[in-house]
Amino acid sequence: MVETVAFPPARPIGPLDQRASHARARPAVRMALVPPGVRLSFRARDEAAIARAAEGFGVALPREACRFSSGGGRAALWLGPDEWMLLASGDPDTLFATLEGALTDLPHSLVDVSHRSVAFTVEGPEAAAVLNAGCPLDLSLQAFPVGMCTRTVLAKSEIVLRRTVETRFVVDAWRSFAAYVWQFLEEARREFL
Amino acid sequence: MSAEFRLPVGGRIDRAKPVRFTFDGKSYEGFAGDTLASALIANGVHLVGRSFKYHRPRGILTAGSEEPNALVGVGRDEAHYTPNLRATQVEITDGMVAESQNRWPSLAFDVGAVNDGLGRFLPAGFYYKTFMWPAGAWAKFYEPVIRRAAGLGRAPQAADTDRYTQRYAHCEVLVVGAGPAGLAAALAASETGVRVILCDEQAEFGGSLLHERDTVIDGRDAEAWVAEAVATLCSRENVRLLTRTTAFGYYPHNLVGLAERVTDHLAAPGSDLPRERLWQVRAREVVIAAGSIERPLVFPENDRPGVMMAEAARIYANRFGAKPGNRAVVFTASDSAYRAALDLKAAGVEIAAIADLRPDPTGAVVERARADGIRVLPGTSVQGTSGRLRIRSASLGAVVGGATETVPCDLLLMSGGFTPTLSLFSQSRGKMAWDEALEAYVPSVSVERERSVGACRGIYGLAEVLADGHAAGVAAAGKGASDGAARRFTVDAEELGHSGHRGITPHRRDASRVKAFVDFQNDVTAKDVKLATQEGFRSIEHVKRYTTTGMATDQGRTSNINALAIVSDALGKSVPEVGLTTFRPPYTPTTFALFAGQARGELFDPVRTTPIHDWAAEHGAVFEDVGIWKRARYFPEGGEDMHEAVARECRAVRESVGIFDGSTLGKIEVVGRDAAEFMNRMYTNAWAKLEPGRLRYGVMLREDGFVMDDGVVGRMAPDRFHVTTTTGGAPRVLNHMEDYLQTEWPDLEVWLTSTTEQWAVIAVQGPKARQVLEPLVEGIDLSREAMPHMSVRTGHICGVPTRLFRVSFTGELGFEVNVPANYGRAVWDAIFAAGQPHGITPYGTETMHVLRAEKGYIIVGQETDGTNTPDDVGLGWAVGKAKRDFVGKRSLARPQMQRPDRKQMVGLLTSDPATVLEEGAQIVADPNAPLPMKALGHVTSSYASSVVGRSIAIGMVAGGRGRIGETLHVPMPGGAIAVDVVEPVFFDKEGERIHG
Repeated sequence: MVETVAFPPARPIGPLDQRASHARARPAVRMALVPPGVRLSFRARDEAAIARAAEGFGVALPREACRFSSGGGRAALWLGPDEWMLLASGDPDTLFATLEGALTDLPHSLVDVSHRSVAFTVEGPEAAAVLNAGCPLDLSLQAFPVGMCTRTVLAKSEIVLRRTVETRFVVDAWRSFAAYVWQFLEEARREFL
Repeated sequence: MSAEFRLPVGGRIDRAKPVRFTFDGKSYEGFAGDTLASALIANGVHLVGRSFKYHRPRGILTAGSEEPNALVGVGRDEAHYTPNLRATQVEITDGMVAESQNRWPSLAFDVGAVNDGLGRFLPAGFYYKTFMWPAGAWAKFYEPVIRRAAGLGRAPQAADTDRYTQRYAHCEVLVVGAGPAGLAAALAASETGVRVILCDEQAEFGGSLLHERDTVIDGRDAEAWVAEAVATLCSRENVRLLTRTTAFGYYPHNLVGLAERVTDHLAAPGSDLPRERLWQVRAREVVIAAGSIERPLVFPENDRPGVMMAEAARIYANRFGAKPGNRAVVFTASDSAYRAALDLKAAGVEIAAIADLRPDPTGAVVERARADGIRVLPGTSVQGTSGRLRIRSASLGAVVGGATETVPCDLLLMSGGFTPTLSLFSQSRGKMAWDEALEAYVPSVSVERERSVGACRGIYGLAEVLADGHAAGVAAAGKGASDGAARRFTVDAEELGHSGHRGITPHRRDASRVKAFVDFQNDVTAKDVKLATQEGFRSIEHVKRYTTTGMATDQGRTSNINALAIVSDALGKSVPEVGLTTFRPPYTPTTFALFAGQARGELFDPVRTTPIHDWAAEHGAVFEDVGIWKRARYFPEGGEDMHEAVARECRAVRESVGIFDGSTLGKIEVVGRDAAEFMNRMYTNAWAKLEPGRLRYGVMLREDGFVMDDGVVGRMAPDRFHVTTTTGGAPRVLNHMEDYLQTEWPDLEVWLTSTTEQWAVIAVQGPKARQVLEPLVEGIDLSREAMPHMSVRTGHICGVPTRLFRVSFTGELGFEVNVPANYGRAVWDAIFAAGQPHGITPYGTETMHVLRAEKGYIIVGQETDGTNTPDDVGLGWAVGKAKRDFVGKRSLARPQMQRPDRKQMVGLLTSDPATVLEEGAQIVADPNAPLPMKALGHVTSSYASSVVGRSIAIGMVAGGRGRIGETLHVPMPGGAIAVDVVEPVFFDKEGERIHG
């Protein structure tokens, strides 16, 4: 008898898939998963490297602190003076190879962290209030305008928070903290209908 | 039927909405808008509690949060029970159940009142003097008895089922207190468009304006002015209004904690509303409009039910339509009590007399009282009172000699003038100063960006208060301050001076025999305070602690200044020389649940789980906590206990193949052209010559030369390392690396990225590991020749990219499959399915521990305790001797680090193979040596090994490697256990299996 092993093609499972599908509808604050995508952590101080990365990525890398730029379904988040998070859809390996190719011989670091975290939107008129249940930042439009992003905390977890439109935020939480972050916000929005 | 003492008209209660509640089991009726205190007063109830120490009957003293006496327990059941609430703040709701505290068997007959007769045996510092000996009796006897006898409320017996939330908020101006000053400040600040938060602890805004009868502001009566101000504020989008919200704490950089009581005043709140909400407000400027508190007078028997602050009585009559009594004696040193007397007279209370400490009271309000036919007795003080559960009479006598007169009454109203409320200002670390003219402490030098307005800084006239608030609002908003247009308010209100009295009032009784209370809540009398000074206490802070005056939950807001004056008199020092005690948060008692907020149950702390967690749970894993990770410890089958399960799992790995979830392993990607140089500096090992595709076991030291962490490191490319760390060490190691990189070597072109969560790690270990994996892997040759031990390859498994490590923490042929985390579960399932023909066995951390111990592999944190060099734990080989430097190298060169008698890692075998040593047990040379005997070391790891067929142990023993072959002893309660010292490798000593 020939031994063969039959296995189904590996299917990705996100840490919030189940919770998100059971989330209650509350128009004041809606929460929904952002589909899985590519996350590359790009680090460089060298101007040429930064320019080359932007060119290869197709989106300018913001030089202003805590801002993101986006276009063509991609976004570049400023997370530190030499640190950007590059977001895209598709296959991480392809984008990784493209950028590495463009950056040959320039000092930099590029690391695939697509699976490290999971993102979801918090959206609605009370979105900022609900986030402020655990996030100590001033989330008014003056202090945290559309186009802003930052690493911050939500209760006992670190998150990356960005505001895409006035009433929509994207929360990016590390995989193993995602359930806690989601549940915390789910509990915080209970009083809003 | 309306309550007996309810006035026919007036007050801000809603007479259309009757509310039924019970107090100590008896049913009463009040109205919406009543507090528990006002509703009880309307029903003629003054006796509401027993005092802390003497169990004296006590009544309602005040109408605010400073209430020291009327503490009650409220809650319809144990899950909703809250003790020690101030009846003056509790709003009644239909069906509310309230009870008095600190009495047994009943409020009217309390056995503990025997303490009152024993008063002279319970002087200040009584606890410190009496319960000194024997020491052992303190915990067993004294404390429990004292706690019960001198307790306040009882703790609820059931878990709190209510919801509590927290919110961070930011504003340009936070206004604390919504009396006239606060309202004016909020109006002015919000007009400029900046964000304003206005909070007040009461159910409605308005403060003192809510009980004014004849006051007119800008042509409107006070109530109408308040309504309009609130409506204006409501209409402004930049304003957040928080009623029933106490600013309880002032923290650095203008962070103010607010406790909002959201649902307590609702009879049937929605279950989704929090009972309380904590606001953490970061304000650019804070305006404190905390008002002032009327001071009690300290005279003999000043604590009977029916003795009340004059202004409080006025509040009950004017704001709540509740008559505090039928016949009142007024005792005062200020004009304001005359206004109270007039208002109460208008409400139908007979005013028997006003005893005024001042020899010659004059002024409009005094004349008005006289004109109204009220008997005014200048230069007169209260010599004492009678009545047990309610005052029956007051004895009045001239301050300078003469006869005393007993005046029957059921109410005694007192007023010693007003004390500015400095609590929040003091919490903000602002300096207070004594104002001679005002005879009060007022805010002086600010530390934070705050300003006090109105009565809390000694401004009392209503027009001045409003103008002060307005100016502060404009200034705090920071806009338009330059135009300086100070606003004038036209006010028609009674002008009152600010005279008053502090300390004991004169009387002709024997001072050593009377109880004149200073601190009602802690039962401290004037005599106690004097005694403290006689016993040598000079500092007001010491007097406070010795007598406990001002140390109750009311923070001495009614007592501090009187105590201060008594100390000042006794010591012959001025009040500013004596000083003032510091106020600390919280302003009023605050629930634990408020601080806990959402952090309860599953949200108490994050619980980190791996992508394979659900599989492990479905397969019956027993989990253990590793930091905040959940890790599968073992997988019991068919009623196995841990030892049986672990024995089976170990055998499976040694004989066939096991599968283990290693996803929690810390991972750091070190990338950049200087990556190898960085690794060389951080780890003891040499990295320059490690080729891409190869792995190396790395040891990391702290600067002191002691082992901090370890892990296998793969070189993925010349400029890229895949570093692994211990599960618990991951954040620490990343911090350690970043610290050096940023502060010591900013010139290095290298960056660190945490990839712990990027990769799921599936360890496949055992002689059949290769056979299991081979059919699933594409693009990697797993053969012994192509992929030797300690190598890494990239390729695909089950169609997803993998970094495949050939590595072993078991001593067997082994692989660790790294796949992007979302694929972890699918790949695990596939490997588990592929392993079925070989009986693949899932194993947990306990089995992993045994397997590595059989091979003598250390676990950092188990064999090491932060004081071990690499050589101590047998890792001297991992130190690159030829390296120029690495973190910890210099420390390793110190003579102490090279002593031959340092504790070294050895194996230990008990004479009886069935005996399993206890981890942590001490090891000695001679168990019969006299005590105290010297311990040579201790047991670090100990297991029953099914594979070796006996118990095995690892220990750290002084000069251990030189003792191999010796017999040592482990003293235990049942007798010493003899152990042979051996090499710390118990299985496959030649290490051949790993290369299989």
